[in-house]
Amino acid sequence: MSHTILSKKLYCSIFAALLALTLVTVMVAMIDLGPLNTPLALGIAGLKATLVILYFMHVRYSSRLTWMFVGAGFFWLGILLALTLSDFLSRGWLPGYASSIAPEQVTTRPLEIPPQPGPSKPE
Amino acid sequence: MSEAHPALAHHFEDAEQQHEAASLGMWAFLITEIMFFGGLFAGYAVYRMKSPEGFAEASHHLDIALGGVNTAVLIASSLTMALTVRAAQMGSRRFLMLFLILTIALGSVFLGVKVVEYTHKFEESLIPGRHFNFEGMYSRTAEMFFFFYFAMTGMHALHMIIGVGLMLALLVMAHRGRFSPEYYSPVELSGLYWHFVYIVWIFLFPLLYLIGRH
Repeated sequence: MSHTILSKKLYCSIFAALLALTLVTVMVAMIDLGPLNTPLALGIAGLKATLVILYFMHVRYSSRLTWMFVGAGFFWLGILLALTLSDFLSRGWLPGYASSIAPEQVTTRPLEIPPQPGPSKPE
Repeated sequence: MSEAHPALAHHFEDAEQQHEAASLGMWAFLITEIMFFGGLFAGYAVYRMKSPEGFAEASHHLDIALGGVNTAVLIASSLTMALTVRAAQMGSRRFLMLFLILTIALGSVFLGVKVVEYTHKFEESLIPGRHFNFEGMYSRTAEMFFFFYFAMTGMHALHMIIGVGLMLALLVMAHRGRFSPEYYSPVELSGLYWHFVYIVWIFLFPLLYLIGRH
């Protein structure tokens, strides 16, 4: 079989890059960047995942069909996340509807339970 | 034409095609795994947006040092796994077995650290359920955070246990001399699985351990 055999040096440099990025992600988490902390953490994680997929999982040297399979997987993951979050994030946008995403911040009318008619329970 | 390799199934043209089909099949399986963990991540995202403060407060009860060490251990195991596949490609049985043993050892270290972490959570009554006890403003969402923590890291640990099992099986097969540069698909596919499990951890580590740390 004619498979590309990657050099030990390449594997070791990917390993070093992954370790360095882990260090960066820990250090960045200690700094207050406001709303940017989470996107940055996810960005670094995405970069690490890309390195692993391209080099450790050999996708960079694989056939176009493999590329398509991998791409389709992440595309479907994107659909899952985008549709779920667009639903939950937009629930508070219409006036008069309580947001289900932040119940602590929204004052909803407490549900009134009418007194139950009928005989009271025996003690 | 040279004689067909004994591992070549009759319905494939050649070893190349067989390897390609096996690898695509593995990717199809990994896509189902992406969707499986994706559901957990989507649930996590929804509940974290519901109460970001509660998740941050609960996250402070996780040990960054242990989580960081475990991340490093997994990176190292991913490297040894990549080198395992390389040794199989080169046809070196000695290095194949050596790197398999290293991968198994590193995977076991990861699981051992996980046991220590779970024990701490148990002692601090942070297991969701009747005995959950959290001193802080957001005990309800903290319970939800720990529910996700145990569901996600638990499923991840289960995948690690299965991965170590695969490595042990590969070790036996390698010892019997089943692999050669012409046929090493099981090594390659187990490698894909192992790297995938590491990728899940790449996202779990910042999302569980590193929120609201500043």
